Amino acid sequence: MKKRWYDYLWIASAVYLILGFFNILFTWLGLLCFFIPLIMAIIGKDKGYCNRYCGRGQLFSLIGGRFGLSRKKDVPRWLKSKWFRYGFLIFFFAMFFQMLWTTWLVFSGATDLKQVVTLLWTFKLPWHWAYYGGTAPWVAQFAFGFYSVMLTSTILGLLTMVLFKPRSWCVYCPMGTMTQLICKARGAVNSKR
Amino acid sequence: MNQISAKRRKAFVDEAYCVACGCCVKVCPLKAITVFKGITARVDRERCVGCGKCAKECPASVITIQEAAL
Ligand code: SF4
Ligand code: SF4
Ligand code: SF4
Repeated sequence: MKKRWYDYLWIASAVYLILGFFNILFTWLGLLCFFIPLIMAIIGKDKGYCNRYCGRGQLFSLIGGRFGLSRKKDVPRWLKSKWFRYGFLIFFFAMFFQMLWTTWLVFSGATDLKQVVTLLWTFKLPWHWAYYGGTAPWVAQFAFGFYSVMLTSTILGLLTMVLFKPRSWCVYCPMGTMTQLICKARGAVNSKR
Repeated sequence: MNQISAKRRKAFVDEAYCVACGCCVKVCPLKAITVFKGITARVDRERCVGCGKCAKECPASVITIQEAAL
């Protein structure tokens, strides 16, 4: 099949993850992976981001599919159940707002900047080498928090990639679930008319 | 002869569990499967030849290849 330019967006995803090791401020760019899917779901009226542009999904299909780092087994039924997918979305949101709250605390001066990356919402890794100062502390705090979210979801994605099918992450990816919910809601509203 | 060709293998999507990721769309050689308005994948039975590529790729494993009466 003919490759399009957007079939190479996995490179952008990989570069993004690597940049976070060198300069944490780059991780602000990750906001694009939050806003573009939502804009496409709201204005574009479909899951165009997942269906075409998501570099993370491509990265998993490349590593798991092409390079074969996947058992290629079916995901367990609970993983694709609505309660798990919606539950994970809510959990993810809660963690996201906690991250924003931490940023706010640093902004307001209540706490100091913590130069750590938190993996799986538990393990705190020192990450001070990736910050060189020169910005307001809250800007850096957000970057550390955001990178924690991105790295954590990558680790979960890699884990389920190895255990199940390459793109198993897409089954419970919060952005995927959220954009599908938006599309479903619109479908329900339109069918009532 | 006719009896055999009266049934064809086609892809079926369990729409309740489809996550609309579009992985199936990317691998279908005949463009027989599309994601309908970001809600669920749908198969164009006219085009589908039941090759099973989509079923293999689907991360949620919600596609099955079944005999369909024509
Ligand atoms: S479900 Fe998530 S990881 Fe998969 S394509 Fe969509 S946004 Fe990307
Ligand atoms: S790959 Fe599976 S879950 Fe994804 S859109 Fe196709 S049928 Fe739905
Ligand atoms: S079975 Fe083959 S032809 Fe039919 S939708 Fe799937 S990939 Fe396309």
